[in-house]
Amino acid sequence: MNKLTPRHVLSGALMASLTLAGLLSASLVQAKPFKWASAGEISTWDIHSQNNALQNGIHAAVYESLVYYNSRTFKVEPMLATSWSLVTPSQMRMNLRKGVKFHDGSDFTADDAVYSLTRAMSKTSNFTPYVTGFDRIVKVDNHTIDIITKGPNPVLLRQMTELRMMSKAWAEKNNSVEPKDLKNVAQETFANRNAMGTGPFVLKQWVPDQKMVLAKNPNWWGQMEGNVTEIIYTPIRSEATRIAALLSGEVDLVLDPSPQDLPRLRSNGNLRVIDGVENRTIFLGMDQHREELPGSNIKGKNPLKDVRVRKALYQAIDINTINRVTMRGLSQPTGALVAPQVDGWTEGVHKRFPFSVDESKALLTQAGYPNGFEVDFACPNNRYINDEEICQAITAMWAKVGVRAKLRTLPLVTYFPMIQRYEASIYMLGWGVPTFDALYSLQSLTRTVGTGGDGNYNVGRYTNQRMDYIVDRIKTEIDFPVRNRLMTEGLQLSNDTVSHIPLHNQIIPWAMKKNIDVVHRADNRLDWRLIKVN
Amino acid sequence: MLAFILQRLIQAVVVMVTVAFIAFLLFQYVGDPVVFLLGQDATKAQIDELRSDLGLDRSFVVQFGHFLANAVQGEFGLSLRQGAKVSGLIAERLPATLELALVAATLALAIGIPMGVYAALRRGTWISQLFMTVSLLGVSLPTFLIGILLILVFAVMLGWFPSFGRGDVVKMGWWSSGLMTAKGWQHIVLPAVTLAIFQLTLIMRLVRAEMLEVLRTDYIKFARARGLSNRAIHFGHALKNTLVPVMTITGLQLGGLIAFAIITETVFQWPGMGLLFIQAVTFADIPVMAAYLCLIALIFVVINLVVDLLYFVVDPRLRVGKPGGH
Repeated sequence: MNKLTPRHVLSGALMASLTLAGLLSASLVQAKPFKWASAGEISTWDIHSQNNALQNGIHAAVYESLVYYNSRTFKVEPMLATSWSLVTPSQMRMNLRKGVKFHDGSDFTADDAVYSLTRAMSKTSNFTPYVTGFDRIVKVDNHTIDIITKGPNPVLLRQMTELRMMSKAWAEKNNSVEPKDLKNVAQETFANRNAMGTGPFVLKQWVPDQKMVLAKNPNWWGQMEGNVTEIIYTPIRSEATRIAALLSGEVDLVLDPSPQDLPRLRSNGNLRVIDGVENRTIFLGMDQHREELPGSNIKGKNPLKDVRVRKALYQAIDINTINRVTMRGLSQPTGALVAPQVDGWTEGVHKRFPFSVDESKALLTQAGYPNGFEVDFACPNNRYINDEEICQAITAMWAKVGVRAKLRTLPLVTYFPMIQRYEASIYMLGWGVPTFDALYSLQSLTRTVGTGGDGNYNVGRYTNQRMDYIVDRIKTEIDFPVRNRLMTEGLQLSNDTVSHIPLHNQIIPWAMKKNIDVVHRADNRLDWRLIKVN
Repeated sequence: MLAFILQRLIQAVVVMVTVAFIAFLLFQYVGDPVVFLLGQDATKAQIDELRSDLGLDRSFVVQFGHFLANAVQGEFGLSLRQGAKVSGLIAERLPATLELALVAATLALAIGIPMGVYAALRRGTWISQLFMTVSLLGVSLPTFLIGILLILVFAVMLGWFPSFGRGDVVKMGWWSSGLMTAKGWQHIVLPAVTLAIFQLTLIMRLVRAEMLEVLRTDYIKFARARGLSNRAIHFGHALKNTLVPVMTITGLQLGGLIAFAIITETVFQWPGMGLLFIQAVTFADIPVMAAYLCLIALIFVVINLVVDLLYFVVDPRLRVGKPGGH
């Protein structure tokens, strides 16, 4: 080995500084930071600690899943898995992509995939909804795994879109093998504040509530369509400040501009607002279980058990006025429980019963309530767009047919536990469908309350034998045309029996500078690979 | 003196336990964090399991006892939202809030006292009238409105100051300071002014009123009769004697600045304890809320104690134990 002389050192240092300068100037030319803001801050970088939409979307920049939705078509497409096939109805074989490296340079192998999926299934994971029906994960060879399910599972691939891959060796080294255990006070897991995935971006810095910096991963396996080199996220809680930051140019994009600011933003020449129908349907549910409704003047019976009464309430709602006045156009009125992107949806189930005060009154008279009745009506006031205002408008509309709704609005932290205790007579709920498959809604909302997710948000306790049969069939039906037909039938049955009163699908506006190019995804998250700063 | 301090410290503990107790009573109604942890698609069984894992299904008394036992050891548990130690989270946020409060308090004192003195000495001039009118606005405008107005004018229209955040911070041990960099100072201006305006106008009005009071007293007349210069009378005698009530109010207001910076912090996305608390509330993150409220109680108690001790320094009549008196 050569001995180092001072001259060597000097020339070495010179070389190094020259290269450094070159690198710096190159990065100065190409650096395309993308700064964005929204109201919420994520709570953790642990991919299995908390199931939250904003957080899942941000995690996807650093941690990749085996499959993911294409942002334009919303079809499931390969990511870290290149292909898959069913070996038996309850055994899915997935072939993993070769040559993928984690951010620390180590290879992504079947061990990591088995580990990550098993981690999602562990006791302290809060991703259990996405591993429902999973039995175990088996390594076949270095780049092949089998997912063994408890029975045929037609939505397996869709569940997989939210199950991301973490480096096994890194987790073991850093004491993060299991998701954080909230009971274990003494210890915070390393993965809570650090990340090790294979994604197009690397977590560089995260100071909660201040700044999160993601830098482009130069060794990413895929082809980046966008040109962003750095993503900087700042949560800005106050609506006015968020918009001010966009107007003053401090951020490039605001994910959640407030509806009242939109006209001003749209008319601003430097800005652009794009709207997209969110995959979330807002509807009203009604108690169809209790024999008598507390807070109602009707004693000894529950008027909401009568389908004519439910239909009367439905037809008394002037949805176009709500769309025009309350929502300022930011809604897509619907008669179905799911949005158009969801499998099972058809034009037919989308059609609403017409708005008609006369028909509504006639139905109420037939049902024996010519003078209407009093009923309790609960709404969240900080969950959905204009939730409280929508409920106020509906209360006024019902008053015209004699139904005196006693509206109370609650913040979401108290609202959701309340409706889950079955305490509401009429309640508002919004239901997003991360699987883009109507089973998700039908099972949670219309299946008779049972175990394993059956009717877990059927808080009006609607029950219908045919519906239960349909839901149980589509749970395991893997013949897709048959399955789709069944789901449409289920949605139609829900409409015919007025299990709920669908209102609209939310339309989500994103506001950004003119030079920003993004794809509006129906799940309200950004696709980091597609962002262009022009 | 030592007995006095000890007595105050014991009172402090009582205050803090009471605050914690009331806080815990209220927590029964803030809602359920489990909804957030598991998301909308969780089943009843999954929810119940997590609730019992977290001990949320236990009775109020048991939960409170558990909290106290831990708190005595300085342990507030893990944040349900962030999975990080509550003590660590608060320590991380404390510098931001303290720096903001201190800059705001300094601003309020440095501008408020001279303005008050001027308004008292030059009563009736148009500048004094202007001060009084402006101060009325400062007292009556709500903080968030002032914040938004400042953002609109100085961040959006003029572009002089950033509208949110804390800028670059320098780490000094566990303390992170934004006052070491130009960027940091740029960021602190708008929130500090917003937070200071109410205090400033309050101090100004207080100093003016006290000063007018003092100027009417006999010893000022005697001082004039002795032929002392205006300057000596106004600043050496009058101002010094107006400071006792000003100190009390300022001390309590400093506690208020720290505790109620919540609104300013929310408007400016200032990463302090207030922002942490607000997020904890929307998430029903009970450990963070409990620790924050206890800490605020502690701060108030400590500030009160310091103010009481300062009286001894400023007001000779209170120095009991010293023989005699003039």
